[in-house]
Amino acid sequence: MVNQSSISVEDITQIVAQVPDPEVPVLTIEDLGILRGINIIGDEVEVIITPTYSGCPAMDMISMNIRLALIENGYKNVKVTSVLSPAWTTDWMSEAGKQKLKAYGIAPPQYDSNKEPVVECPQCQSSNTKLLSQFGSTACKALYQCNDCKEPFDYFKCH
Amino acid sequence: MSNNESTIQPINSSGIQLLNYVLCLADTNLILAQRNAECCAHGPILEQDIAITNISLDLLGQGRNFYQYAATLLNENPELKKEIEHVLPADFEGTITEDTLAYLRNERDFKNLLITELPNGDWGQTVLRQFFYSAYQYSLYEQMQQLEDAQLAAIAAKSIKEVIYHLKWSSEWVIRLGDGTAESQQRMLHALDTLWSYTGELFIPATFETNAGIDLPSIKSTWTEKIKDVLTEATLPLPFGEDKKETFMHSGGKQGMHTEYMGFILAEMQSLQRTYPGATW
Repeated sequence: MVNQSSISVEDITQIVAQVPDPEVPVLTIEDLGILRGINIIGDEVEVIITPTYSGCPAMDMISMNIRLALIENGYKNVKVTSVLSPAWTTDWMSEAGKQKLKAYGIAPPQYDSNKEPVVECPQCQSSNTKLLSQFGSTACKALYQCNDCKEPFDYFKCH
Repeated sequence: MSNNESTIQPINSSGIQLLNYVLCLADTNLILAQRNAECCAHGPILEQDIAITNISLDLLGQGRNFYQYAATLLNENPELKKEIEHVLPADFEGTITEDTLAYLRNERDFKNLLITELPNGDWGQTVLRQFFYSAYQYSLYEQMQQLEDAQLAAIAAKSIKEVIYHLKWSSEWVIRLGDGTAESQQRMLHALDTLWSYTGELFIPATFETNAGIDLPSIKSTWTEKIKDVLTEATLPLPFGEDKKETFMHSGGKQGMHTEYMGFILAEMQSLQRTYPGATW
């Protein structure tokens, strides 16, 4: 058991920030921007997270993994709170996270408020790609195909 | 007044109205999620199978958020809880959760819009229903995110981002099939004929909606414009207009008066929790 007076937000952040997203395991919850805050009240540690999509089935698992990670490190009194507001956006994804996604074979979110984004193929870097479906293997992704190397790939869509 | 009494929040009509309003939103999302989920492994092609089930999952998530809010309202106010005890099984005790509300209420207690419980029909009918509902949800959430009720506002602000994708996808399908082959157009005409008389209910306010802070006539006018734009682009006839006489519109879902399809949905959806109360996996 960790001594109550020694609990620091920095220590907790270090442990919790490493918890991976079970659906896109190259990303941590910090990379994704769903880790929203940490409160310490006495010996209780409260971790605040926000869902990416309302129906994201990974949230329950993420919440359990946060709890397990903290328990493994000696923090017994853990509470995970899910908040909806402000609503999660892909703007909160870190630069490092976007690079990791690309290396993993998933095109990171592209911003263009006026028109369909130009999505670069994560395999051959060609910009000559086409949208196959707005909905992909998980709620947060769309399905694309590269016109040059022909490889189909996931695109982490803007939200 | 004793100490005990002073800690109990007074029960007032606005408390019950808010609860019923939240349940109506929750039920409507859950029932359409359940209907769309029937398409799982039955979509016309793999990508569209994935699309309709993704939409189902989003609606289920939105429904869960509303049920969780309803459960909080109930657990925080014992007087309010008393008001709905009669709809739960006689031996029910303990804390009300989202699952209690979804799995242990009867048909007459569900307040979902009738259009959501209709069978999926063919793909044309499935996507046209989704289009009508997404266009309605978009305007509804636009207003709801401005409400003073922080939880409703938060759910709406979260959900509208998902609905933008649903609306775009379903509009594209209505246009593709309406302005497609003779066969696809015939099917869309049939879908329009089947579904249109269930769209009126969206805008007929139930008692619990009158003080919800939502302006239904304004939602109706935005919705009608959107429907007009998309049906026109799909080369489908408008079912409304000055040259058309008022169509009969079905209603009653918000009051628990459902179509003959509803009981079958609940029988399938609730059978596990009814047979093995509290089962988890």
